[in-house]
Formats: sequence, structure tokens, C-alpha cells
Amino acid sequence: MPMNFETVEVTTDFLIVGGGMASCGAAVEAAYWAKKHGLKVTLVDKASLDRSGAVAMGLSAINQYIGVGKGKNTVEQYVEYVRQDLMGVARDDLVYNIARHVDGTVHLFEKWGLPIWKDDNGEYVNEGRWQIMINGESYKVIVAEAAKNALGMDNIYERIFIIEPLLDGDRISGAVGFSVRENKFYVFKAKAVLAAMGGAVGVFKPRSTGEGLGRSWYPPFSTGSSAYFTIRAGAEMTCQEVRFIPVRFKDAYGPVGAWFLLFKSRAISAIGGEYMVERKDELQNWAPYGLVKPIPANLRNYLGMLDCSEGKGPLMMMTNEAIAKLADQYKDDPKAFKKKMKELESEAWEDFLDMTIAQALLWAATNIQPEEKPSEIAAAEPYFIGSHSGASGAWVSGPEDIAPPEYFWGYANMTTVKGLFAAGDASGASSHKFSSGSHAEGRIAAKAAIKFIVENNTQPAVDMAKVEELKAKAYAPLEIYEANKDFTTDPEVNPAYIKPKMFMFRLQKMMDEYVGGVTANFSTNKPSLDRAMELLTFLKEDSEKLAAKDLHELMRCWENIHRMWQAESHVRTVMFREETRWPGYYFRADFPKMDEQNWLSFVNIKWDPNSGEWDVFKKPIIRL
Amino acid sequence: MPTFVMTEKCDGCKGQDKTACMYACPNDLMVLDKEKMKAFNRDPWACWECLCCAKACPQQAMDLRGYADFVPMGASVTPLRGSDSIMWTIKFRDGMVKRFKFPIRTTEEGTAVPDGGFPADQDNLSDQNLYTEPASLLMDAVPTIKK
Repeated sequence: MPMNFETVEVTTDFLIVGGGMASCGAAVEAAYWAKKHGLKVTLVDKASLDRSGAVAMGLSAINQYIGVGKGKNTVEQYVEYVRQDLMGVARDDLVYNIARHVDGTVHLFEKWGLPIWKDDNGEYVNEGRWQIMINGESYKVIVAEAAKNALGMDNIYERIFIIEPLLDGDRISGAVGFSVRENKFYVFKAKAVLAAMGGAVGVFKPRSTGEGLGRSWYPPFSTGSSAYFTIRAGAEMTCQEVRFIPVRFKDAYGPVGAWFLLFKSRAISAIGGEYMVERKDELQNWAPYGLVKPIPANLRNYLGMLDCSEGKGPLMMMTNEAIAKLADQYKDDPKAFKKKMKELESEAWEDFLDMTIAQALLWAATNIQPEEKPSEIAAAEPYFIGSHSGASGAWVSGPEDIAPPEYFWGYANMTTVKGLFAAGDASGASSHKFSSGSHAEGRIAAKAAIKFIVENNTQPAVDMAKVEELKAKAYAPLEIYEANKDFTTDPEVNPAYIKPKMFMFRLQKMMDEYVGGVTANFSTNKPSLDRAMELLTFLKEDSEKLAAKDLHELMRCWENIHRMWQAESHVRTVMFREETRWPGYYFRADFPKMDEQNWLSFVNIKWDPNSGEWDVFKKPIIRL
Repeated sequence: MPTFVMTEKCDGCKGQDKTACMYACPNDLMVLDKEKMKAFNRDPWACWECLCCAKACPQQAMDLRGYADFVPMGASVTPLRGSDSIMWTIKFRDGMVKRFKFPIRTTEEGTAVPDGGFPADQDNLSDQNLYTEPASLLMDAVPTIKK
């Protein structure tokens, strides 16, 4: 070791890894049940709880609120919506379970202090059927506060990056990681572990590759740690091919939801045609999913992409037209008109300021006032996010009362590894849970984990020799740097090692060009995927030569190792599924059609920690 | 440099072991230069422009300069976050200024009670009632379907 790194051991019953919405939900729920059963709950977070996870900046809407108790919608209607949006590939039981609990989570948010917009009757203001509007700058701060109050700060470890799971045979026994601020290596020993470390950003090359590299739609600090952790524990994964591509305001990635749903804006091509109207016939090719309302997100993407491929870009969001229309009903009353315009202006700006400040700045820097002129929208780069319209994540058990036997193995949201649970972006095939559903799913998983602990109340063994091996592996990039840096006059260029940023660029370039990123027009094929695997193998070998000059860079090294494993599981599953099912997310040019007969199924993948072998296979879709 | 620190205004949070911006940044970007007692963003290319740092800064020593690779110069978006609301000042490239104020919470800071006032009487680990349910659902029972 180049420096003296202390090992800190923490023994607990339930370990929550991550600090975002799912983790905060888990913390509140677990604290209650743990107290009843005399158990200890510990949370470990790469950042600090107030501003960690995808909601760090805030949000302008809660995208999942069913309103079951208010008689607005049924849980079944939500399940139907999600199933259609994912082109038939969804776990009804998981989606149902989240949807039946999510309203309670939202009602708790309101009690904790989150301002939710209300209409004149005191009812929530809907953005769309399932979305409600909030003043959400402090959304995460408030949700974190409840989690902190439930757990107590003594049980929360911040700025510790968990890098590897610990196993005792077929059961999880804890996790290891390092402090990004101090020379301390952490060993958490636990009877059950919840993986909730978010999705994966930066696996594909982003559109902005200069300073704007950080301006990803989903946060750059979501780096595939959930996928890595669950894969390495030997958990079966699902939908690793179902990436997500958001269409957003171009470059700064400001949200479009309010514009499409609340303000009822149209999007058109630069030539002037409305692609959703002009290309309606294309939807027939993707029936039955293409023929339902709302049209699945990936198909809406696809129709716009077709316009761009034909050189009809950029696509424009007609903000000016939408605002004019909304204000039109007040046109005979100048005072009311002025008031309405003021209100719409404020709503439009808050939408950005609450969740994508960079977009507000981009508008100001380009002198855009939305009521005066339209703004460009574009398909972003691909992301891995099980909570939105993607579906990647671990394959988890459904709830006992509704899951079919094939989908139930004892505890809701437990992965196929005993004692290892997953929620939020970490669990797959349960899309459209967003912030509120992730919180609800964290609660579901936490209650089940406490049940698991009560029924399996032994501390699994932790092999300390293995821990020492992982510690050496964790800090290897610091050693490699120290040992070699003086060989050259510029430590950035050295034949003995690779720095994490260049390593990330190598991964991103390869994924972009061969696995259907932006520059490949979101298309790929078998030979390209084979080439990607070849390049990935080189990259994987070179990952052992990653070098870090300090703890911050060490974190970057491990983040990119995590991304690389997310990438590999993606390439392998895209290769396995010989059809095109989500054309607006990726297009298999060698299998350009959807094949309901052979591929209306899940594609699951598993890595064996003992043999190091991957296995990719189908799993049936069972409807409720 | 997406967020930047104004030299004159930053006081390094008066020599505490970590500054407000270091505590806030979800991407571990803010660092305190202990010799100068000034904080800085160590990797602007990794900055999400979430402004968690600027909102937390007790000296209002931080601001935002748009990504240099696609944002024209001259505009600014500056938050002033209080305990129950946030004030935004937006300066356009052409000089126009807009101000907005939005609520951020309806309760006193620190007072979020986990059960939100809903009855916390659940005692069966095996049923489908989560903590505070079914009351927090505004229903009599958690919905289910017959298998």
C-alpha cells in the first residue's frame, strides 16, 4: 500500500447501499420494522444524503401518482399502461406492487413538507394522467430528512463508495468499499443488503464531449454501481438490452413532459411537418403496441428519429404556439390575459429551474423566451435506468399475494441471491416507477428484507482473506500510479497505465460506434456487436492497469469498471435478442422487425462468480 | 467551468474540516485549497450544473458559467435559497433580467416525521401493509387481486 489504509468493520443486520429515492424509502420503512424486532439498519452512500441520487437537483413533477383512493385510476390501469409502453415486456406483478403502494409514499412526501400544486378544490394538479406538479427544488432534501430522522445519523455513512459484494456461498454477507475523503477501507457485514445505487450514465458517448460532458440527462454520478454489484453477486439480471433514450430540449436536456402534457405543445420537424401525424402509418408495423394510446415512448422517439435520418432536423417544440393557445381564452380580457401569460411564463421557467438549471441558462444565453419562439428538441444518448422508460435491472421476486409461482421466491424484491434485494434503478422489468415509485419500491424491499432477516437470523460468514484481497484490488490504481508516474515527465501520458477519464472515453466510443449510439444512428447488427465484444475484452484486460493519483480518481476508476460491466451485459443481451422491439431505443439492422412469435419474452443474463461465465437465456412473460 | 467560486467572497467556510459546497456536491467535485482557504471545482467536465453547491454556499460565493462547449457567453442563472423558498435571478445574454420565486417546502426544516402523522400500528411482517398503510393510501385496505 502506498499509504496507510485503515480497515473499518461495521456489523449490522440490514445494509442499505445508496442514497437516492429508493434508499430513503427503504430507510424509513426498515427503521420501523427493525425497531419492532430489535434489528440494526445501516445506510451507506457515495455522496451525502441531502443531495444524492437522481433527484439531487430537484424535480418539477412526480411522474407516478395513481390516485386509487381518490377513485381517479385503478392499479390495473397503470399496469396496462406500463406493459404497452415497454412493448409487452414488463413484470405485471412488480409494476402492480409498486403502483398499489406509491400513493401512500406521495401522501407522506406531502406531510413531510413537499409543496404539491393544488387546484381550487384542493386536489393535486395533474400534468398528465399519472403525473402531478410540484414545487420540487427541495424534493430530495425533504425525503432525505425523513430518512435521517428515521435512521439517525449514527447509522448513515456518507462519502463511502461501495465497490464489491461479499458472499457466503449463495447468500450475501455484506459489501466493501472505500471512503472518498479519508484513507479508510470499509467492510460492512450484514444479514441482508439492499442494492439501490441508481442507473448507469456515461456508458455511451454523450452528444457533448467537451466541458458539457457532465450535462447528461440523468446524473453523471449514476455509474452502473447497482448493475455491477448485483451481477458480481451472481444475481440474474433482466432487460439489460432495454436501454432508454430520452428526447429532451437539445444540449441542456431540459424536461419536455410539462410542454407535451401540461401545455399541450406540438413537436415538428424543421421542414414543418408534424412527425407524429405524418408518420402515423409506421405505427402499424409495431402493432399491437403502436396502436395504443399513449403511444409508447420508444415509438414516439422513433418517428422523430426517422425525420432526422432523412435530414429534416432539427425537431422543434412549438412552445410559442402552445402558450398562445393556452392564453387565447383570455384574449378579450387584457388584465386576465396578462395574468395568465405571467403564470404560464413562471410555470415554464420553474419546470427547468427545479430540475435542469442548465436549460434555463441555455435559454437565457440564447435569448429564448418560450412564448416568443420554439426550441430544439433531440434524442439524447442511451441510458440504463430501470425506473423510467428503460427496464434494466436485477430479476427480483414478486409479492406473495399476486405473483405467479415462477415469479415468487420468498421475499418481495429479493434477487436470485439470498438476502440481496434491489429497488429503484437496480431492479428490472418494473419501469415507470420514477422518483415516487422508486421510494415506494424501496419501502417494499425494506419490509421484505427485515422479514428475511427475522426468518434467517444468522450472521453469514465473511471471509477476511477475501476482504484483504478486495482491499488490495480496490487500491491497486493508486499503487500503479505511484509505482510508474515518475517514468515520464507528464504523468498523464504513461505506457504503464490508463487514467479513468481516457478509459471512460474508450468505453463510450466503442459503445457509440458499435452498439447503436448517437453517431451510429442508434443502429447495430451482429458483426458490430461482435466487434464491440472484441474491444470490450481488451478494455477489460486494461482495466487492471487503471491508475489514480488520489482518492477522487480512485472513485472514477471504480465507477468506470462498474460502467464496463453494465456495458458487457448490454452487448450480450442485445446480441441475444434477434429482433427489433424498441426501435426508438435501438435498432437491430440485421433483424429490423419485431418478432412476437419468438421474442415476446424476457431476456435474462447471469454471470457466475465461481466460473466467470455468462449465461443468456429467455424467461417467459406471465400476465396477471 | 460550470460552477465557479468567487475568490473575494469565499471564506473557505472559516476553516472547518469541510465546506458547505464539499458537503453538498453529489459528484465529489468541490475541494478546499487549505493554503488559500478557498474552495474550487476540481473537475468542471463532470459537473451536472445541479447547483447544490451554490444553493448551500453561506457566502453566495458561487455562481454558474454555462458549459463553454455549447452555451453562448454572457447569461447567468443565480439561486438564493432560503428556508421555505428559492429566488432565481436570470440574466439574458441581451441584458434582460427575470426574477422568479418558488416555494420549496411547507414545513419547518428538520421536522419531517417519518410516519407523517398516519397511524403506525402495523405489526405483521407477512401481510402487504407497509408502514403507515392502509391509512396513508387513503384507503381501507391495500389493493390486491385474486390469483
